[in-house]
Parts: sequence; structure tokens; C-alpha cells
Amino acid sequence: MSDARSEIDALVSGGYRHGFVTSIESDTVPPGLDESVVRLISRKKGEPQFLLDWRLKAYAHWQKQREPNWAHLRLGPIDFNDISYYSAPRSKNDGPKSLADVDPKLLETYEKLGVPLHERARLAGVAVDAVFDSVSVATTFKERLNEAGVIFCPFSEAVAKHPALIEQYLGTVVPYTDNFYATLNSAVFSDGSFVYIPKGVRCPMELSTYFRINAAKTGQFERTLIIADAGSHVSYLEGCTAPMRDENQLHAAVVELVALDDAQIKYSTVQNWYPGDAQGRGGIYNFVTKRGECRGRNSRISWTQVETGSAITWKYPSCVLRGANSVGEFYSVATTCNYQQADTGTKMIHIGANTRSTIVSKGISAGHGQNTYRGLVKVFPSAQGARNFTQCDSLLLGGTCGAHTFPYVEVRNPSAIVEHEASTSRISEDQLFYCLQRGLSSEDAVNMIVAGFCREVFKELPMEFAVEAQKLLAVSLEGAVG
Amino acid sequence: MSGEPLLKVENLQVSVAGQPVLRGVNLTVLRGEVHAIMGPNGSGKSTLAHVLAGRSGYQVTGGSVRYLGRDLLALAPEERARAGLFLGFQYPVEIPGVNNAYLLKAALNAMRRERGQSEIDAFDFLSLVKARMQTMQIDEALLSRGVNEGFSGGEKKRNEILQMLVLEPILALLDETDSGLDIDALKLVARGINTLRSPERSFVLVTHYQRLLDHVVPDQVHVLARGRVLRSAGPELAHELERRGYDWLLEQAAA
Repeated sequence: MSDARSEIDALVSGGYRHGFVTSIESDTVPPGLDESVVRLISRKKGEPQFLLDWRLKAYAHWQKQREPNWAHLRLGPIDFNDISYYSAPRSKNDGPKSLADVDPKLLETYEKLGVPLHERARLAGVAVDAVFDSVSVATTFKERLNEAGVIFCPFSEAVAKHPALIEQYLGTVVPYTDNFYATLNSAVFSDGSFVYIPKGVRCPMELSTYFRINAAKTGQFERTLIIADAGSHVSYLEGCTAPMRDENQLHAAVVELVALDDAQIKYSTVQNWYPGDAQGRGGIYNFVTKRGECRGRNSRISWTQVETGSAITWKYPSCVLRGANSVGEFYSVATTCNYQQADTGTKMIHIGANTRSTIVSKGISAGHGQNTYRGLVKVFPSAQGARNFTQCDSLLLGGTCGAHTFPYVEVRNPSAIVEHEASTSRISEDQLFYCLQRGLSSEDAVNMIVAGFCREVFKELPMEFAVEAQKLLAVSLEGAVG
Repeated sequence: MSGEPLLKVENLQVSVAGQPVLRGVNLTVLRGEVHAIMGPNGSGKSTLAHVLAGRSGYQVTGGSVRYLGRDLLALAPEERARAGLFLGFQYPVEIPGVNNAYLLKAALNAMRRERGQSEIDAFDFLSLVKARMQTMQIDEALLSRGVNEGFSGGEKKRNEILQMLVLEPILALLDETDSGLDIDALKLVARGINTLRSPERSFVLVTHYQRLLDHVVPDQVHVLARGRVLRSAGPELAHELERRGYDWLLEQAAA
């Protein structure tokens, strides 16, 4: 840990944004990507040869690829040569000096979400020393995890300490050839999380990125790998309901999950990055590749996501159901307001016999938001007795938003049963009036109806997260209904 | 107290999409009274109930409504509700995923806040609701289901009365709560109304049938037709309507 810490401290010192590069020895490289940048990233991190080779293969492949354009999204071209691929750990001096310098709108949101005072500064990126209550909490957590044999650390630390595990599993679920953004990530990924749960261990607590020291500055190309060994069990929480300050517009993360025999992984996300302003200016582009493989028999992977942020969300957390009797689940709430666009869904790939999958997707559109569900259920000839149930509901608030559904189903085993249910609805005048007549304000009424619409997904979230998510949804949709 | 009417509707004129529906309705309800409003289909009965509760989509083109000494039409629907005006819906809407008990508790707390009371304790709420459910013979399992979600027609109507019993309004407008009920459910609805009946509380029952009025005897019966109150009289009028229908009244009015 301390090694990784000093390494990052070293990276941070002397870091200026591109345009102010003082010397070639500086840790920020000029914008643009070529092989030397990939080599530099790997060298700075002191990576083993296999990882450098892997990055280089990814880079070579990326050069031959073009951006995908099949998503139902409107966005201008992204200039990949205008990004600095090694400026991720930003200097503390770049942030606001105190809460007084922070956008009052952001502070108002923290207030509404009930974020504790000392956390607001950290989230807003205020230059304060990293001594919080959470540090000591994190230390206590680490001790308990150590006792259980659980590895939970920054990705770069895992590369240094557990290279064999990385070499064995990295890219086995999302290969570096997978897609444009995943390939780019493979070449230039900065950092992320690594989790290994040993055989038969039930992880003694929810693992949250929130409690991972050094997590704040992993940058725009995050890489996460979670391995649940045979018979183990883990629940992982990613993200935070409070919006984080982040100046990188493009985010292209990769998350890989591996569940071996009888193992279970539950992965929950609350994503609330900057969505852009009311006119649709700015906002994060979030192009994420998340995939889990139920590699072992009777294994289970469950994705739950609440997506309220980002200007553009392009994300399909998927399950490859290879082990016999394995189970994949996807529960999603995606909200688009103002000019936000989301193209999100899942893929359930049934390979093993008697594999089962459930998809519950709830899309909420307001303002000029465009919300797309895109899903694939694929049943291989080998997947005797496969089952899928898909439910895909859209809720429209107002008359200028859109909801779109693109379900793909490919079944090549006659014993499979695949069900798809879909609905599109509005909050009806009748529902609203009913609530008003019972004394609720129209804001409370809309929040209650929307929360009801999302209930099947919220109940999959860990308890505290569910409460926060509901609040977050209410804040996101504020003023969306006239 | 008895001198000042709880509700005073004067010459109320209402249009829907430019078409006049109410053409000068007068109605005075004193504290403690039960009024029945009857009349043929399309006469404006439900419109009257909706306008009093503040539903959008109606244009009030004339007249006034005083409630508790206030200009009722100037209040937002939720303000009317918090001031003790309750509408029992003819077609209670389903709200999927929203727990029945949750809505009821939110509603009760909205009323309590208005009265300057603190939010009700969860245990007190539960024991209150359970007692009322017993009165209405509603299965407790309904509490944890979505609002009206998958309820039978009779369950929905009984649920409306349950809400009324919990919220204890000052003026309850019940819009055809009795239609579509079998005789046992009808008796339960009547029991619910009679439980709340008091010198302080008033009811306006919109109904097609005499049979509810056998169990809840009204102080006055009004016949609303073609957007006007054609006749007001005591409970005997309902019996006469049951025998003779509405045509004779309409003919008299036309003459």
C-alpha cells in the first residue's frame, strides 16, 4: 500500500495540465496517443512485461478500429488526440481552494442528499489533506478483510503484489479486442479496483469503492477485476449518489467479473456524474464495458444499476452464463433529464445447460432526455433448458422526451424458454390527481409514483443504497414535471 | 356553528372543452348533514364532485363555492384535501409499486402537518389502520400491495372508504361509491359512512340507486339533470325516483 501511495504521490507532484508541460520528465504527457505513450504509462507504473505486451497488442488493435455508431445516441466526434493519456492523477492545486469556491448548485445538491459536511469538500474536489474519518474506517475494514483472506486494493497495487492472478484473469471476460472503447481502455487504463475472494469465503462486508483509499483519482480509464473463487460470495458497490467533480469528459471504464463454481457476485452501481447543464452543454460521456462470466457451475452474477448522471451513457453490463445452472441478473433504472442520452441494457449469453437469466429494466425520460434499452438474449445450442425473463418498462414525463427499446433475441436451442414483456407509460393525470386529492404535493406525488415504478430494481440494492437512490432520483427529476 | 353552511355552491357554471356541463348549480350543505345527489347519466354529477375537489380540465365560467368560509375554487387540490375535503373516487386508479400503506400514511401525515401535528408514529399508524380495516373487513394483506393494484372492483371501493375512515375528513364527496357493489359490500360501505357520521362532518353522496340510501338515510336528496338541480327534497324523493325514474322531472322542467 505505502509503495503504491508514494508512487502516486510522485505522480501527483509537478503535474500540470497539458499546455503547461515543463519538461519531458514531467508526469503529464502532451495530448495524443501513440505507442510511446502506452510504453510510458506501463513504465511509470513499473508493470511486468506481460502487461506491457498486452497493452501494446490492445493499442495495435485499437488503431485498426473505428468508433461504434450503432447506438441510439447523438454526439459530436470525439478527438482522441486531444486527450492526455497520462495526466490522470491531478494536482491538488487545481481544485477549488475551499467550499466557498464551489458551484453553489452542487452544494445545494449535497444539502438535499444529506451528504455530511466533511464529505462535501472531498467530493467537490476541494484541496484538503486526505485525513478524513473514512481513512480510519477504511483501515479497520482492511484488517477485517485481511483476516478473511480477501484481497481488495487498487488495480496497480494488485499488479505489483499479485501479478499471477492478474495474468491469469485479466482480459478473459472482456478481451482487448472486444470493442473500440474497451480496447482503448486496455491500452491506456490508469487504475481501478481489484478484488479476489478466496475459496469458500463469504466476504464479511459490502465492498465499496467509497472506502478504497486512492480511489478518488483513478481517472477516466478505470479498470476493475473481481474474482470470486469457488463457493465464495461478494457484494460490491460502485459509485456514490453525490455528484463528483470530474473534468474529464470522456470515461471509458472496463469491469470484468469472474465467478467460479458456486460463487456469487453482486455488483451494484449508482452513477451520478455531471449530466451537463439544462441546455445540454458539457457533461460526462460514459462509455463503459461491464461483463461478468459465470464460469463455474451454479454460479450467479447480479448487476444492479441506478444511472442518473452523465450526458451520455453507453453501457451494457452483461453475463456470460458458461457454467451449468448458472444465473445472471440485470436490474436497471436509467434516468434521462434535460438533454441527457442513455443507451443501456444488457446481454445474457446462455452457454451452459439450465442457465437462467432475469432482466428488469426501468427507463425514465424527462425534459428532452432520450432513453434507450438495448438488450440481447442469446441461447447457444449447448444451453439445454435455458430460461430468460425480460421486463422492460419505460416511463415518460412530459412531451418532449423519448423512450426506445431494442430487444434482440437469438435462440438456438429448442428447449429454451425466453419471455419478453415491455411497457411504455406516462404518469397519468388520474394517478397525479388521486395523490393530490389525498393531500400530497405534486412533487411528492411524482416522486412516489416514480419510486413505485422503480421498486423492483431498488429492492435489489443494499438497504442504505436503496434509500439514497430514491432520494437521488427525486433530486434528479426535480422540476421535470410541470 | 349550525348557522354557517360548511359548503355553499352558488350558481356554479362549468364547461368542459367549451361545452357547458353545469349551468348554474346551487347546493348548501350544513355541518352534520348527508346529501344525496341523483340524476340520469351525463347530468353532471361526477363533474360537480371533480370540480369541488379541484381536478384540472374543467373551466369554471361562473358562480362561486365557499367551504369553511373560504373560496374553495382558489385552493389547489392538495390544499382542499388538507382542509378536510375528501373525494371517494368512482374509478380508483392503480399506482403500481406504491405501497397502499405508504400512500395512506403520507396522506395522513399531510393532514397532520396542516393541523400542526407531528407525523404519526409507525406503530400508532398501524394499529389505527388495522382497526379501520376490521370495520371494512379488508384483508390486511392489501396494506402491503400496490395502491389498488390488482384489487377487485369491490376491494377498490372499500379501500376508498378505508382511506376516508383513516383521514377523517370534514366533508366527504363519494362519487358512485355504491355502484358495482354486491349487497354485502354495499352494507360495509354504508357502515363505514355511518361510523364517521357526526354533527361536525358532512357527506355528499353521488349515487344512481336508492339502495345505498336505505342504509345511509340522507337529510336531503337533489336531482341533478342537464346541469341544474331540478328538485331538492327529503329522503322520500329517492323512493319516488326509484319508482318513477327521472323522465317526469325532466318533462316538468321542460314545461
